[in-house]
Amino acid sequence: MFLRSVWLVLRKDLTVEVRSMEIALTTVFFAVSAVMVFAFALVREGQAPEDGAAGILWIAIAFAGTLALGRTFERERQSETLRALLLAPAPRPAIYVGKLLGILALLSAAEAMLVPLVAFLFQAPFLAHPVWLAAILVSGTAGFAAVGTLFAAMLVRVRSRDVLLPVLLYPITVPVIIAGVRATAALLQPEVDFAIVRFWMALLIAFDVVFVTLALWTFEPLMTD
Amino acid sequence: MSVNATVPGPSAGLDFDMLAVEDVSRHFGRRRALSHISFQASRGTILGLLGPNGAGKSTMLALLGTLLRPTSGVIRYGARAHADSSPALRAAIGVLGHDLFLYPELTALENLAFFAALCGVAEPGGAATSALERAGLADRANDPVSSFSRGMRQRVALERALIHVPRLALLDEPFTGLDDASTAALVARLRSLRDAGAIVILATHDLDLAEGLLDHAVFLRDGRMVESLARPEALRATYRTVMTRGRA
Repeated sequence: MFLRSVWLVLRKDLTVEVRSMEIALTTVFFAVSAVMVFAFALVREGQAPEDGAAGILWIAIAFAGTLALGRTFERERQSETLRALLLAPAPRPAIYVGKLLGILALLSAAEAMLVPLVAFLFQAPFLAHPVWLAAILVSGTAGFAAVGTLFAAMLVRVRSRDVLLPVLLYPITVPVIIAGVRATAALLQPEVDFAIVRFWMALLIAFDVVFVTLALWTFEPLMTD
Repeated sequence: MSVNATVPGPSAGLDFDMLAVEDVSRHFGRRRALSHISFQASRGTILGLLGPNGAGKSTMLALLGTLLRPTSGVIRYGARAHADSSPALRAAIGVLGHDLFLYPELTALENLAFFAALCGVAEPGGAATSALERAGLADRANDPVSSFSRGMRQRVALERALIHVPRLALLDEPFTGLDDASTAALVARLRSLRDAGAIVILATHDLDLAEGLLDHAVFLRDGRMVESLARPEALRATYRTVMTRGRA
């Protein structure tokens, strides 16, 4: 029942998004605009600042992720469908996991566009180690989205949710973003030290485990009252 | 709308014969939304929660639907207390909210099939198709809900609430937006649910429609229960008397 409920919520979210393309378009447009602004500001005579690409990629992911989180739950608020999900006899943590996977899918699609763009504008060899890069992006995005999904769901009926979401989200996810930036920057060195990459990856995975566990544990009590 | 109702039973979730609200209060911070409410409803009963705006009707439904916990007091579903809110208990409850709980981007069929599957209905597609036939919307099954009128959406939302054949149906203003024919069909549907053994609790302002439909009426004012009547008659006059009682 748990996995079936996860799949139902994920499939529903993706179907709604494919019909409207609302979140995908705004997220990608915003992320691409941010990267372009950074490129015009920081790239001088074709030379990008050292390690700048990694930071800019993660800033774009974090900002786009916040936008996607807010819009995803705004959609559930408009017809109070989040209440309907919570009223259903499905395990409530499964609702959380379904929403989390939907956001991860959206952000992964945005990252698939951002990585080549940042690589091109900042002459960064992102695709030299594609498997490592994918692993870093997935684990970093999962940690960020795990906390973000919980907070966005909690704040769905709060009037100032658009202000409160980043205020709550960024301080807690800063370690994830820093680990993601350091792991990505290590991967972009001419001579990659994989011990450093592995260290930051391990840290990211540890954050993921902690954040997802805490979110699964607290989702039901936080959403019930 | 057809009036056929499937018989609620143990397969639809937790089985219980009696709903008991015992001295329930609910506060939001310092604001008291409900204060010391007690009533009971047994199988085959339509109970109306009546009162003006802000009386606490929707809060009461949210408590009964397990979306909120009482600040004090107990709600019992048979032998099971509210604190045991579990998927099995939620499977026995169907809720029609004031908001319709439908995804406007999805078709009527997709909405109903999604919620049927989430509620563990064996054949969600078949159940959704049957529900749309009951709602008289079979020919609009593949249209997005955003293209529906308020009344049509209300009919789909009612089917969504009842698609898993709940033992307890909680309906918040179920007559909103319905034309005369749909209203008559809904009244017949509620009666058939009662005859099939369900407990139906509805919050409504529409005393004319509630007249003759309710087996029990609970009158709320400012979060307090001011009267509880079995087999209420002359509902509008009773309502006026009850609501003005104690107000100089």
